[in-house]
Amino acid sequence: MLRRFLRLGLGRSLSIREVGTHSGYSILDWDGKVSEFKKKIQSIMPGEPGDLLCDTRHLPPEHSDVVIVGGGVLGLSVAFWLKKLAKRRDAIRVLVVERDHMYSKASTGLSVGGIRQQFSLPQNVQLSLFSIDFLRNINEYLAVVDTPPLDLQFNPSGYLLLATEKGAAILETNVKMQRQEGAKISLMSPEQLQKKFPWMNMEGVALASYGLENEGWFDPWSLLQGLRRKVQSMGVLFCQGEVTRFLTSSNSMRNSSGEEVILRRIHEVHVKMDNSLEYQPVECAIVINAAGAWSGQVAELAGIGKGPPGTLQGTKLPVEPRKRFVYLWHCPQGPGLETPLVTDTNGVYFRREGLGNNYVGGRSPTEEEEPDPADLEVDHDFFQNKVWPHLAQRVPVFEALKVRSAWAGYYDYNTFDQNGVVGPHPLVVNMYFATGFSGHGLQHAPGVGRAVAEMLLEGRFQTIDMSPFLFSRFYLEEKVLEQNII
Amino acid sequence: MDPTEFLRLIPPKWNGGKRGFRDLSGMVAPERKRRTLLQFLSDHFYDVKFLREFMLQKQMQKLYLDNRSFTNIQDRYGPDIAGAFFILQHGGSVKFRDREWIRSDEYKRFSAEVLKFQAVPVEAIDASGCVINYYGLDNLLPLKELRSLSLQRCPHVDDWCLSRLYPLSDSLQELLLAGCPHISERGLACLHHLQNLQRLDISDLPAVEYPGLTQILVEEMLPNCEVVGTDWAQGLRLGPEERPQNTASPIPAKPTARGSR
Repeated sequence: MLRRFLRLGLGRSLSIREVGTHSGYSILDWDGKVSEFKKKIQSIMPGEPGDLLCDTRHLPPEHSDVVIVGGGVLGLSVAFWLKKLAKRRDAIRVLVVERDHMYSKASTGLSVGGIRQQFSLPQNVQLSLFSIDFLRNINEYLAVVDTPPLDLQFNPSGYLLLATEKGAAILETNVKMQRQEGAKISLMSPEQLQKKFPWMNMEGVALASYGLENEGWFDPWSLLQGLRRKVQSMGVLFCQGEVTRFLTSSNSMRNSSGEEVILRRIHEVHVKMDNSLEYQPVECAIVINAAGAWSGQVAELAGIGKGPPGTLQGTKLPVEPRKRFVYLWHCPQGPGLETPLVTDTNGVYFRREGLGNNYVGGRSPTEEEEPDPADLEVDHDFFQNKVWPHLAQRVPVFEALKVRSAWAGYYDYNTFDQNGVVGPHPLVVNMYFATGFSGHGLQHAPGVGRAVAEMLLEGRFQTIDMSPFLFSRFYLEEKVLEQNII
Repeated sequence: MDPTEFLRLIPPKWNGGKRGFRDLSGMVAPERKRRTLLQFLSDHFYDVKFLREFMLQKQMQKLYLDNRSFTNIQDRYGPDIAGAFFILQHGGSVKFRDREWIRSDEYKRFSAEVLKFQAVPVEAIDASGCVINYYGLDNLLPLKELRSLSLQRCPHVDDWCLSRLYPLSDSLQELLLAGCPHISERGLACLHHLQNLQRLDISDLPAVEYPGLTQILVEEMLPNCEVVGTDWAQGLRLGPEERPQNTASPIPAKPTARGSR
């Protein structure tokens, strides 16, 4: 009441004055003025965006020590180990650039999630052993204060690899090597197998290797979330954008035999934002290529492979996306709780999923049957013609099954020898690779991350010797073949 | 510069509305009902945050120190005595063959007569409530004549530990796992190595989502074994408002079935 009287009284006198004033302040709009004043003070405070017209909060920083291209499990693993092995806290600024924030096409989320030590290369076995140790102690490595512990849903059911007469000798040598490295694998004859797994048909099987512990499958999505949470708490910066360009400078040097070699160095990474032409040049010292199925394209941006074929400049990174299908089916009288991940002699694999008689499986197609990797559409005929007959032959109960769903994902397939590429490029001196694992990247991610971090910080591989996985083998034509690719 | 400012990996729908610095830093943020002073300080000062991380690491290290093996005792007296020492030090009880149960008192002390049983194998171990973890099981696995193992209510025994029990498959006849908070059906699936098992107790496992169904599947997996757990019909009687334990419907145990993608 009093206020209205005051307003009437003061209003008339103020309105005569207002005609000549500029600011137009009136004591009457007090609340609005106070909030505006607060906003102005907040914008002057440090840490707040000063001018909201050119808001740069979504852009990556202008300088970063390490830029990791690709935010999947391999990229995050490298970021984690870089921060963990650095001598001082916040000594290295790491930026992870990921183009797809929903991870809709990333191989990590679409993976079946298996981990095994049954490889034919000792380094792969060592990587798996390191990774299973990491997964077992994941709540010490990835512990963040005030967050609940991570549950990876690990099923320690093991892998069962079947072999025919022809492959039995190789299987035995592999198992011997795996046991020497410390994996717990047992060899089983068809009679022992039949006793243990009565639902299996032993036709054509001469020998089988069964992982007794430290093998199985887990949920890759929770590993990814756990890593993301931890690296954020360690201070790694994230950016959602696409790497479109590298600005490099070259240096011409002579090697010991007198030939001229052009060495290049990446100085800037151009990160383009989603749905816009806006990009931010990030000055960096090191670039890590962990882009998975698209690593080949990223390598081409850096000029790897641009040169006469047959030379080191002309050697491309032979990693390309390959589409793989995974099917989920239900079989009412199917194998029980003890079912391991069974890999048949012809490449068909399946495992139990949950408690409701559901199974997940698939098969790697041959070179002629390779599907077109342009999209992630599922080919159901592939299951009907190429997977189901073999499943039904190995496990007779699978005659009567019903496919519930299916999905497709990419392998970052190394066309040269199906093994990973780790370490620096000989010519582009500050690009490091952590890609090309052709279907076993997830299970090797902790070990590979540590190897790359050690290479960066110490200059050499310390825990596991990954020198067979360097890029130079593509030029020297030394294949490091992995026989057990599923 | 605030590191979380450049965070743009949260899908836009989660970022709706005003969110402060604290909320951005955790994808799996628990509901904090009561914020203590230490939590508040740790959000605003890096030193306090570092201190809390350090204390967390120390807590975990203590568990490892508790689970060390006694290698000198193992070398002098053999694996049975070393295993017995380990269990008695954690407050459990040990039974050597043809002898009485040896227990330690509430201060975890026990008599040295254990050292006299050098040639006698350990037959039964009761490690209920002990803080044994995966690495502590190193002491128990060399006991080749172990007939009964009780790991009831052990807070750190989880699926990984169960996957490690297969070396005892020749002799182990009784395994008691009641009340362990971290054991789920995934660990129970690797008990099929223990073919000589006659009695298995899997009652009251809070991490098992469908106890009735799990019991049936474990019984099928170990046909010669008497599996003591929940009564599988009990869930059916409780009506539709309770969680259904219907074995006929093919519901996967975890609703992350890829069919939902």
